[in-house]
Amino acid sequence: MPGRAAPAGRLMVQEQAVIAANRFGLGARPGELPRIARDPRAWLLEQLGAKPPPQLAELPGSGEILRELQIQQRDARMARDSGDAEAAKTAQRANRAAFRDHFVEHATARYEIAAVTDAPFRERLVLFWSNHFAVSADKPPLPALAGTLENEAIRPHVTGKFVDMLLAVEKHPAMLTYLDNQTSMGPNSVAAKLAARRGRNLGLNENLAREILELHTLGVDGGYKQQDVTTFAKVITGWSIGGGPGPRGGPPVPVGEFEFRPIMHEPGAKTLLGKTYQESGVAEGERVLRDLAAHPSTARFVARKLARHFAGDDPAPELVERLRASFAKTGGNLAALYRTLVESPEPWLPSAQKFKTPQDFVISTYRAFGQRPDKPQQMIAFLDQLGQRPYTPGSPAGFPDVDAQWNGGAALLKRIDWATAVGRFVGDRVNPTTLADDLLGPTLTDHTRTAIARAASGAQGLTLLLAAPEFQRR
Amino acid sequence: MVTRRSLLAASAQCAALAAAAPRLVLADHPGDARLVFVILRGALDGLAAVPPYGEPRYAALRGELALASPTSTGGALKLDGMFALHPSFKNLHALYGSRELAVLHAVATPYRERSHFDGQAVLENGGTAAPALHDGWLNRSLGGLGNAREAAIAVADNVPLVLRGDRPVTSWAPSRLPDAPDDTLERIMDLYANDALLGARLRDALATKEMAGDAGGGARGDGQLGALVSATAKFLAAPDGPRIAVLEATGWDTHANQGAEQGQLAARLGGLDAGIGALKRDLGDAWKHTAVLVVTEFGRTVAVNGTRGTDHGTGTCAFLAGGAVKGGRVIADWPGLTERDLYQARDLKPTTDLRAVFKGVLRDHLGVAAVTLDEQVFPGSAAVRARDGLIRSA
Repeated sequence: MPGRAAPAGRLMVQEQAVIAANRFGLGARPGELPRIARDPRAWLLEQLGAKPPPQLAELPGSGEILRELQIQQRDARMARDSGDAEAAKTAQRANRAAFRDHFVEHATARYEIAAVTDAPFRERLVLFWSNHFAVSADKPPLPALAGTLENEAIRPHVTGKFVDMLLAVEKHPAMLTYLDNQTSMGPNSVAAKLAARRGRNLGLNENLAREILELHTLGVDGGYKQQDVTTFAKVITGWSIGGGPGPRGGPPVPVGEFEFRPIMHEPGAKTLLGKTYQESGVAEGERVLRDLAAHPSTARFVARKLARHFAGDDPAPELVERLRASFAKTGGNLAALYRTLVESPEPWLPSAQKFKTPQDFVISTYRAFGQRPDKPQQMIAFLDQLGQRPYTPGSPAGFPDVDAQWNGGAALLKRIDWATAVGRFVGDRVNPTTLADDLLGPTLTDHTRTAIARAASGAQGLTLLLAAPEFQRR
Repeated sequence: MVTRRSLLAASAQCAALAAAAPRLVLADHPGDARLVFVILRGALDGLAAVPPYGEPRYAALRGELALASPTSTGGALKLDGMFALHPSFKNLHALYGSRELAVLHAVATPYRERSHFDGQAVLENGGTAAPALHDGWLNRSLGGLGNAREAAIAVADNVPLVLRGDRPVTSWAPSRLPDAPDDTLERIMDLYANDALLGARLRDALATKEMAGDAGGGARGDGQLGALVSATAKFLAAPDGPRIAVLEATGWDTHANQGAEQGQLAARLGGLDAGIGALKRDLGDAWKHTAVLVVTEFGRTVAVNGTRGTDHGTGTCAFLAGGAVKGGRVIADWPGLTERDLYQARDLKPTTDLRAVFKGVLRDHLGVAAVTLDEQVFPGSAAVRARDGLIRSA
C-alpha cells in the first residue's frame, strides 16, 4: 500500500480508528481519523457523557403536538356539525399538514444531528434503542408523534438504566397509542361494566402487553405464555393518555401526558410469570415492568441484540455472554453495558462487518461530505425508496438488523443511483481519492483506490467511493 | 454507447462472470407454469376475509365486526351455503365464479404461538419453528425443479426469507431515482470483482431491470399492490423471464377499529382484490399457466377484543387463484366455532397444514418431486401429505 508503510502497531490503531468511526459511530468525517486514532476506545467512551444535541430545543414535544391535533380535529368536527363543508375541509387540511410537518421537522432534526454530531457513538445508540422500542409512523397520530418518543423517552435514558427507559417508553403517548393501550380496559373494570349496561362490549386489547414481553423485554423465547400476555394486558389496563375529563374530583390530565385511568383498570390481584401482584393501580404495571427489566431473559435478549448490531449478524457467543453478565450484574446499567462492549475484542475484528442499513448509508454519506440534510424531503424519499422510511419500520419489531434485509440487488442498484446523484451534486469540489483515504484509511483496498483514481470525472469518482464495498459496510 | 444490454452481454462473455450469472439470463426452455406467492404480513383475519356466515354462532361471536349476510345489499359475497367472501373481494368473487379461485379455510403453519415475527419466519422457512431454518422453502424448491431453469424474483427491494438461500434469485422494485449511467455501472461491476456477494447482486439487478423496462411507472389505480403487480406480470409473461415471483403486503394487524363491510380492513382487502384483478389482466395469456397463492402468518381471535379489533390468533384463510387452479371450491375441514371447537378457547382451530397446500402446488404445478418436498423443501414433513387436486390437470 503506497504511502501507508506504517509499523504494524500503528497500522492496527489506524484500522481501529476506522472501525470506531464507522461501526461504532455513524461514519467518518474528513480529518477525523487521526484524532480518533490517538485512542479509539477512549474516543468512544468519552461520548457517553455528551450533552443533548442543541437541535432538540427547537422541536415541539408530544403534548404540544397532541394539543394542536386535538384542536384541529375539534374544529373539523364542529364545522361538519354546523354544516360548513368548506371550513371542515380547511380544518382537515390543516390537520393533514400538521401530520406531515411534524414528521418532517423531526426527521430533519434527527438526521441533522446524526450528520454533524461529535458524539456519533452515542447517537447510534439512540437510534438502536429507538429501533428496539419501535413505533411506526403509518398509523395516526404516529406520523406526528414518532419522533417525540425517541427524544422524550429514549434520549434521556440512553446512558442511564434500562428500566427507566422501559418505563418512560411504555408510558409515552406514542407507544400507548401505537399499540392501542389507551383504550384497552379490564373486562371487570368500572368503565367496561358501564359500557356493557349501554350495550357496548368494550374490554381488553393485548397488543402492547404482548409486544412488551416479546420485543421490549424477555424476547419471544423468554419463557412467557399466552396466559401471561392476557394477564399482563389486564395489569396495564388504565394506562392511557391525558385529554379526557380527568380523574373524579381532580383536575383533568393535560393532553399528551401519561394518565392512569382507574375506571378502566381491571381490579384484583393478578398472577404473571408465577408471581402474584396485589391490586395497586398504576404501581402494579410499574412493578411488573421493573421485574421484567430484571428478568434473566431480558439480559440475554438485550445482549444478543446489541452484539448483533456491533459485531455482525452472528456475534460470538463469548461477546453475548459478556454483555449479558454485565447487564445482569449492574441491574441494566447501560453505560456499563456499552463499556463492556467497547472493551471487548469481538466488535473490533475486521471480519465482524455489517452491511450498512439505508439509514447508515445516508448518514455516513452526509458525514463524508460534511453536509447537512438541507433537502429533507428528498432524503426521506430516498430512505423510503430503500425500505427504511424514517420512524416507519411498519411493525413494532423495528427494522430488521440483519444484512439479508438490506443487501438485495434492487436496493443496491438504488444506492448506486443515489450515489450518482450525490456525486453529481458535489461534482469536482472534492477530490475523491483524497476523500477515500480520509474516510477509510488503511481499510481502503488498492483495487478500490485505483478504480476511484481512474474515474472519468470527480463526480464519478465520488460515486465509486460511495458504492465501494468498503463504504457499503461498516 | 454502452447500453445495459450490451454491458450484460459483455459480462456474460467473461467466463468467470458467466458461471455466476443469474439463471434468468441463461434460461432457454423454462416451463410454462408460473407461481406468484403473496405474503400478507401482520396476520389477516380469516373470519373477516372469508366469513362463515352459515355458522350459527358467527354473528353473535363477531358482534360489530360481523358482516351482513349474502342476502342483504352490500353484504358478503356468497360462495356456498356456509362461506362467503368479504364484500371488498369483487374480483376474487368473479374468479370463484369462473372456477379460477379456490378458497382455503382453517389453515395454519405448524407454528402455534402468536408472535408475528416468528410466525412469518415459520411461514417462510418451511420448518416447524422460527430459528430452525435460515433459508426459505421456495428457494429450496428451486433445486427440485428438475432440468427446468425457472428463476425466481422478489418484487421488493430486498429478498424475503421465503426466497433466501443458496439458489440465486433476484429482486426488483420501482425506482424514482434517475438511473446511474452505464459507464458508471460498468466501473462498479469491476469495483465488485472481488466481492462475490455485491457483484452477483448487482449483476442480477441489472438483468432484471433490463427486463422490467418501464414497468416502474405502474398504474396506481390497481390498489396497494398496483405498481408491483404490473411489474410482476411483465416479468412472468416474458418468455425468458422468471417463473416464480414473491410479493408482500402489510397492514393486516387490525387490533383496533378493524371495521366490517367498510373501514380499515375493508380498504386493505379491496387493495388486494384490485391487485389480483390487475395481475390477471396484465398477465394476459400467461394467466392460464399461473397459480397465485395468498397467505398470512396466522389468524386472529374469533372474539372481538375490547377496542373493536381482533388480537393474534391461529387458524385463518388462504387463497389459491389463477388459470391453472382447480377453483370454484372452498377447501376446508371446518372445525366449527363453538367454544370447545376453538383452539385454546379463543382461535379458529387449524385443520389444514399450509405445508400440505404448498407441497400440493409445488408438486402438481411446478413438478417438484414428492421426495424432494418431504426431505429438502419441507424437511421432516413426510407425514404432512401434499394436498391433491389443487391444480387443473393440463
